[in-house]
Amino acid sequence: MPEQPPYEPERAIAGTGMGGQMDLAASEATTLEQPPPGGPGESGHEASAASGERPRSLWSDAWHDLRRNPVFIIAGLVILFLVLISVWPSLIASGNPLKCDLSRAQEGSRPGHPFGFDGQGCDVYTRTVYGARTSVLVGVLATLGVAVLGSVLGGLAGFFGGVPDSILSRITDVFFAIPVVLGGLVLLSVITSNTVWPVIGFIVLLGWPQISRIARGSVITVKQNDYVQAARALGASSSRLLLRHIAPNAVAPVIVVATIALGTYIALEATLSFLGVGLKPPSVSWGIDISAAAPYIRNAPHALLWPSGALAITVLAFIMLGDAVRDALDPKLR
Amino acid sequence: MRAATHAVRAACAAAATLAVTACGGGGGAGGDRGAVLSSSWGDPQNPLEPANTNEVQGGKVLDMIFRGLKKYDPDTGEARDMLAERIETTDSRNFTITVKDGWTFSNGEKVTAQSFVDAWNYGASLRNNQRNAYFFGYIDGYDKVHPADGSKQSADTLSGLKVTGPLTFTVKLNQKFSSFPETLGYNAFAPLPRAFFDDHDAWLKKPVGNGPYMVENYTRGSQMSLRKWEEYPGPDKAQNGGVDLKVYTDPNTAYTDLMAGNLDLTDDVPAAQLKNVKSDLGDRYINTPAGILQTLAFPYYDERWNKEGSEKVRKGLSMAIDREQITNTIFQKTRTPATDWTSPVLGKDGGFKEGLCGEACEYRPDEAKKLIQEGGGLPGGQIKITYNADTGSHKQWVDAVCNSINNALDNDRACVGNPVGTFADFRNQITGKKMSGPFRAGWQMDYPLIQNFLQPLYYTGGSSNDGKWSNQEFDDLVDKANAETDPAEAVRTFQQAEEVVRDHMAAIPLWYQNGSAGYSDRLSGVKLNPFSVPVYNEIKVG
Amino acid sequence: MGRYVVRRLLQMIPVFVGATLLIFLMVNVMGDPIAGLCGDRECDPATAAQLRREFGLDKPVWQQYLTYMGNVFTGDFGTAFNGQPVTELMGTAFPVTVRLTIVAIVAEVVIGITLGVVTGLRRGRPVDTSVLVLTLVVISVPTFVTGLLLQLLLGVKWEWIRPSVSPEAPFDELIVPGLVLASVSLAYVTRLTRTSIAENRRSDYVRTAIAKGLPRHRVITRHLLRNSLIPVVTFIGTDIGALMGGAIVTERIFNIHGVGYQLYQGILRQNTQTVVGFVTVLVLVFLVANLLVDLLYAVLDPRIRYA
Repeated sequence: MPEQPPYEPERAIAGTGMGGQMDLAASEATTLEQPPPGGPGESGHEASAASGERPRSLWSDAWHDLRRNPVFIIAGLVILFLVLISVWPSLIASGNPLKCDLSRAQEGSRPGHPFGFDGQGCDVYTRTVYGARTSVLVGVLATLGVAVLGSVLGGLAGFFGGVPDSILSRITDVFFAIPVVLGGLVLLSVITSNTVWPVIGFIVLLGWPQISRIARGSVITVKQNDYVQAARALGASSSRLLLRHIAPNAVAPVIVVATIALGTYIALEATLSFLGVGLKPPSVSWGIDISAAAPYIRNAPHALLWPSGALAITVLAFIMLGDAVRDALDPKLR
Repeated sequence: MRAATHAVRAACAAAATLAVTACGGGGGAGGDRGAVLSSSWGDPQNPLEPANTNEVQGGKVLDMIFRGLKKYDPDTGEARDMLAERIETTDSRNFTITVKDGWTFSNGEKVTAQSFVDAWNYGASLRNNQRNAYFFGYIDGYDKVHPADGSKQSADTLSGLKVTGPLTFTVKLNQKFSSFPETLGYNAFAPLPRAFFDDHDAWLKKPVGNGPYMVENYTRGSQMSLRKWEEYPGPDKAQNGGVDLKVYTDPNTAYTDLMAGNLDLTDDVPAAQLKNVKSDLGDRYINTPAGILQTLAFPYYDERWNKEGSEKVRKGLSMAIDREQITNTIFQKTRTPATDWTSPVLGKDGGFKEGLCGEACEYRPDEAKKLIQEGGGLPGGQIKITYNADTGSHKQWVDAVCNSINNALDNDRACVGNPVGTFADFRNQITGKKMSGPFRAGWQMDYPLIQNFLQPLYYTGGSSNDGKWSNQEFDDLVDKANAETDPAEAVRTFQQAEEVVRDHMAAIPLWYQNGSAGYSDRLSGVKLNPFSVPVYNEIKVG
Repeated sequence: MGRYVVRRLLQMIPVFVGATLLIFLMVNVMGDPIAGLCGDRECDPATAAQLRREFGLDKPVWQQYLTYMGNVFTGDFGTAFNGQPVTELMGTAFPVTVRLTIVAIVAEVVIGITLGVVTGLRRGRPVDTSVLVLTLVVISVPTFVTGLLLQLLLGVKWEWIRPSVSPEAPFDELIVPGLVLASVSLAYVTRLTRTSIAENRRSDYVRTAIAKGLPRHRVITRHLLRNSLIPVVTFIGTDIGALMGGAIVTERIFNIHGVGYQLYQGILRQNTQTVVGFVTVLVLVFLVANLLVDLLYAVLDPRIRYA
């Protein structure tokens, strides 16, 4: 038999590791709304503890700002909507995403089927709505996992330097060396469970080194700043230095990388499915539909357009959210 | 080259026996005999030896640089004498083969009976790791040079082969096999020059054969340049100056290069472009039947598929598949719905019998549902069609087949695809008997005989009997057919055996695969042989 | 500084051993590759056993690894299943991929950083929004589609480029593939630069520089950009390996017989020798790239010192 190589979406493969965290900042902002005792307002200008009237902490300041930021509110509403249709897709789509009629393959938009049909004759609108659950879950959770693991390990390596840094950095080097295709075929093929969790775990496992490098670099720069040195001179503990002084100022690059990575992770899920090791059929996700429609771009661009559009809106919402959070954390903008 | 003048052409014709390679012909109706065409290629997976090549890409080259005792007619698939003067037998077991005089290899060495015997001994010998060694399994003494258990071989040469003269040798088979001469067109039976044995590494870098082309240059992984061998003694001389085989990473790239005018011929038009072929290439596209049949095989070692009534389930599944719809939509008619277990390229006389499958291969959703219920329902309530995800974009048709079954049975999850990461893993699961439901089985014929579509696939212990199906009646009929000396009677007996396959629905036939190719406006006379390989020597350039 | 570099070079040894062992084991876990060599039929057991012996697959894994590493140190990286030495394969694949990577990195640096600076200085303006939209397109449309469309438009319709790259793969043929390969990373670099610039443009040292009356471009390049580059440099450092080893789709679309393609084929065919050989070289690239990035930190920010 002539065996020919398949196509596969590459950015997923190319983007070994990337990820980050933006939701982390948001959720921390909520939980830290109550100013912790003795938490002085820090900024690049006033590093020492304040006296008299207790100012709000940086995190609660940020939350205060965010609530009034229209960008944040719009992004939040979009994300809320995505979560809603992920949980109850039938709210806005009455069809069955698995019901496909090959005789309608690649047909365009028509009444009752606003987005037309894909190559298998499935309704693109229904599949796009039902695909949100898998894609949003994979995108958000994998990003969150990568961001938390990556920024904690990278942050510690950058902060402490020396031997801990060497060990952690060399471990990241080893992880960088694992090709995604190989890792997927080896680690995921032994798992038979057909849920998103192994996929998320896999992305976190291979994705954290990149965020870790970014966080480490960021922390190394920030810890040189005068206010950090000053706080250290005043006897602040390591954990306090890290959480109060360094983290808020070092988080920006992590947020940027994480929000973009979110989109690539959604595509990576499809690559894994394509390799036969991700979600097994008949799963529905944007990534799977995008990679299925990609070769047919000349004949049925609509089948690619809608799931890609949904992916773009999701990434946009998270980029806006990330931007808003980052701005809120930057005292210089205040 | 194309600009060469008539005067030059005339001079060339006059000097044809002398320095011919230096001549490039002019245009005109006959085409430019000196012009070179470029064609898409994939790097062969195994070293390029005749008995070690089991895929189309390597086969393409062997087709150009070798000629065997027989050659399959590019149009009809019929085995015709090429180097064979005569092949005689009285008992279908002992054959006397006479090689035509006057043939040489392109390095000047004469092709003799010894060239064949040496090549076959090399191919059969276990120590040479030849993937196609089993082709010599019918020859007496094979078990000595290639012990099945992998123990040390006790002989270096096949005892069934004897050189009796410079151009004659005898073959003794270990069983009756009347169509043995017809199998000799397969590449594994090609003759080999001494250079192959004397300096093997050099030969692999630049193979030397006795076909209409010779290898001028071979850069692994990127290109092989073949040029016309002017002194080629055979009747099927190359009608062009040569062929540059270019390795492509992706058939779609080759297709794009063809559209841009950087490539003359691609024989692997990607599925996604089939819809655009008419507008991109007009009539410079061919789509001809090839000896390839796609089926769904079943694991008969799993008793759920090997119990009373399970043939009803299989028949029901077969009737739940809308082959017409899938071949039209997914494959754009480059596949034809199968109605038997062979291939149209065999022709009626060769054993192809349209409609042998009957209504079991027609789309009848209601009856399908009924039959499956009668047969005890789907094992486990769901079937998983296993395929390998890394090659050949099988996902599309498996999904379509499953959707068809699901629609017929009115159940979203009656059938799902089950991709396996790599081809090797897929094969390991098959040989390790780990399949639990139907799995993809493709069969590309080795030679155009009905025997080749049945015996390897359904005979007990057959080399490609992946489902381990076993049926005494079938085996007896095949044995009988092989011993039959009258070819027509043999074919009839094979068809009876095929009916046994049908009655048990041993495998669900899906569709016959076509070969398809697109070519540039420089070329004419492009066609594909029944093995879906372009007939290079007949292509005219200009 | 010198001692730091020496220490880092020494640290490469355990990473090197660890990574190769890990990859070796992973390919091994995938199972027996021989079954894939006989096409759609069962290899006859005797030949399969013979092939296994020839490729050394019949020995225990640790012994295979030791033999392999022993050979690697004498420069023998083994042979692929088609009989081609892996060194020969690497010799043709790496130069092409290195050129492709250079094009991609240059694009990331030049285009990415320029766009980043422009959008960072003009946040919220139309320029910023347009770049954001482009970013979204790049992230949500697969490289496969971008590559294919560019190939059709530039290569077939307008005939500006050759749709496929020739085996020699000179730089000029690699520009479009390089841009396609860099596209997603470009989005990262642009956004990273933009954020850094936006954050730093209000810093005291920038204000001071402006107050001193320095020309605007000097403030931007000398003060603002230099201090904003650390996250960007870090990202590009981590991206080099991904670009070199993971350019599977780009290499395939444009017919580039590079590292990504060969590595992918090696993995699918479960060819330990090819995969470990290629990854070994990639690990070295990672290690050197990360070392260079760390050294660049000290250049960009003089406060960072290495003892």
